[in-house]
Amino acid sequence: MGVALRFSRKHLGIPYALFLAVFVLFPLVLIVIYAFTDANGVPTFNNFTDFFSRSSNLYVLLISFVLAVLTTAICLLIAYPVAYILARSGAKKRSVYLLLFILPMWINFVLRTAAMKELLFALDGLGVYNVTDWYFVNTVIGMVYDYLPFTILPIYTVLIKIDKNVIEASNDLGANSAQTFLRTTLPLSMPGIVSAITMVLLPTTTSYVISDTLGNSKVTIIGKLIENQFNIGTADSWHTGSAISLILLFFIFGTMLLSGKFTENTNTRGGGLW
Amino acid sequence: MAEKIIELKKVSKIFDGTAVVDNIDLYIRKGEFVTLLGPSGCGKTTTLRMIAGFEKPDGGEILLNGKDITQIPPYLRPINTVFQRYALFPHLNVYDNIAYGLKLKKVKNVYVDKNGKQVVKYEKLSKKTIDEKVSKALKMVDLEEFEKRDVTTLSGGQQQRIAIARAIVNEPQILLLDEPLGALDLKMRQDMQIELKEMHKKLGITFIYVTHDQEEALTMSDTIVVMNDGVIQQIGTPKDIYNEPKNSFVADFIGESNIMSGTIVDNRKVRFIGHVFDMVDDFELHEKVDVVVRPEDIFIVNKDKGQVNGRIISSVFRGVHYEMTFLVGKTEIIIQDTIERDVGEEVSIIIKPDDIHIMKKEYLVNSYDGFITKDNRVAFAEGEFDCDVTKLYPGSRLDEEGYLITADNQKLDLNETPVKVEVPLDKIEIIDNEVDGTVSGEIISIIYKGDHYQVIIRTPEEEEDFVVDTEYSWNENDKVSVKIDPKDITLKLKVK
Repeated sequence: MGVALRFSRKHLGIPYALFLAVFVLFPLVLIVIYAFTDANGVPTFNNFTDFFSRSSNLYVLLISFVLAVLTTAICLLIAYPVAYILARSGAKKRSVYLLLFILPMWINFVLRTAAMKELLFALDGLGVYNVTDWYFVNTVIGMVYDYLPFTILPIYTVLIKIDKNVIEASNDLGANSAQTFLRTTLPLSMPGIVSAITMVLLPTTTSYVISDTLGNSKVTIIGKLIENQFNIGTADSWHTGSAISLILLFFIFGTMLLSGKFTENTNTRGGGLW
Repeated sequence: MAEKIIELKKVSKIFDGTAVVDNIDLYIRKGEFVTLLGPSGCGKTTTLRMIAGFEKPDGGEILLNGKDITQIPPYLRPINTVFQRYALFPHLNVYDNIAYGLKLKKVKNVYVDKNGKQVVKYEKLSKKTIDEKVSKALKMVDLEEFEKRDVTTLSGGQQQRIAIARAIVNEPQILLLDEPLGALDLKMRQDMQIELKEMHKKLGITFIYVTHDQEEALTMSDTIVVMNDGVIQQIGTPKDIYNEPKNSFVADFIGESNIMSGTIVDNRKVRFIGHVFDMVDDFELHEKVDVVVRPEDIFIVNKDKGQVNGRIISSVFRGVHYEMTFLVGKTEIIIQDTIERDVGEEVSIIIKPDDIHIMKKEYLVNSYDGFITKDNRVAFAEGEFDCDVTKLYPGSRLDEEGYLITADNQKLDLNETPVKVEVPLDKIEIIDNEVDGTVSGEIISIIYKGDHYQVIIRTPEEEEDFVVDTEYSWNENDKVSVKIDPKDITLKLKVK
């Protein structure tokens, strides 16, 4: 006469919900608590006001932002044509090309970054490059190199789903290749571009391994700043670090909202990575 | 007669080594409603796509108003297409979809400047003009007030109407329609057929319509072009195509028909199903022909009152009429009549001379180019068949080593000798698997000819055909193999 055990599809979500609670929600709450308290546990906004009152911090924020935008822009400029060519090539060739572009993702990215450093030094040795002085350029090159596959894939998946008849319809209605691209292909691939932006913009602000290795420790990004706070170990450094994390979170959330709105406007269903 | 608007001259298109469109000649007159009709894979869509400019012909040329447009890209052709699966722009609403072509268009305007000189300017259409044209097009397809709707929220029928509006709003010289009603349900399809026909009348532009639905073609077209295997089988009005099919493919594809073997026995007299019928076509005496009679053209009368006696062996009610099968000798004939006869009843039939359509037999014998192999077999159509090589030289024989000794004692090595091979249609055996016969192939066509089936088996590599008359029914696309008795293979030396 006991209660019948009903197992519905909903219950399959339990493990993930648990995981989410323990490893995402709980730490987030901790960060929020840390960010809004001082070393003695007294609620305060000082962590934030301190951050914004120091010009060096604002400089880091600016550098991170410039680096992220620049990297994303360069990635898109390289990735779009690549994805376009991939999507247009024959089925057999396509899988080979795709593998070539994804292959670097299978190699540890610290290793890849170190390899890039060696490559740049080699170029320096040939006299065509200047590793020691162009540390910001080094960092951008490293970031672009590491995040390019993440830009190609979402754009490629969207491009390949575009109905060929729609492109033909555009030609049929009087649009030449350039007009067809601007009026049809590009708007239809917008969800992929937005996915690619979100895939690159956030990680580039925090991937301090790349900026450390290639920037000769002269390029400090916000991720490095957070790491430093947690490494110093002074009484309130954890509180400051949490505050910076929240600031970063805020900025990312802002860009996500913006891009989300953008996707909505393009009105395409089921595109992108998400 | 109106002038030719589009003309295809010896146009071919080859995909992966196969000619999908094979050297076709076709012209279409201004204002006509022309339908390209045929089974899937017959080349009708490829032909349409070449007219639109999406495919470039591998041979021949396409003329528009007498000018060669073969190399002109689709966006410069005054031709618009309605696609099979609509191909609307998902990122644009109804208005922007229809206005897509208009926004790109530039019109020539002539102004007079202050010095009295004429200045020619190419200008975009004004927003007002576009608005007017779009709402006119929407009215044409009965979807007024739909401008702001998202195309993805529309039903299939509505999307198709938008696709039509998007094409006709540009006032093309030719409108191409690629099976536009294929995805709609029957009722909707019938309504749209009538609407399209009316639209054609109202707009006065040339419509080229592609379909595999013969009823659709018969209902809507001024002219039907029947295609099969990349070749035009017949061009004519729906009435011509229906009443005077040129060959058994057309007769079989358009409507239902009885196809029987007959012989011309006298001037305008043909003998089939054991009776000599009067007919109206002139054919050579003793010629073997195919006789086509439509099921509705056969009248059933009481026994001994008609031309041929036989028995009703089945009867099915089809709404307007009964479809009955009449058996005479071994031949089954389909008859449609509004009065039902009982199954088993002995009756007689009458066929009027006008309703007997005579076609030349397409295949009288299978013939191939082959050669003799080193073990005295004959190779043709991707296989090696046993045969009697001594037939090549009367009075000859083979010695122990396999050399041929002719009647005047000459010793010949026949290896690689080219020969002409002939096999009668009814002497080829079809085997229900690919391994037990000499050569395997796929059944590409099957046509019922009254008392037997004519099956065409095509080999995979060289695409040689075996035309086989058989009493058994087979299915299209069946993989089978064929076997031929050596005594039924006729060999002839090729004259060098």
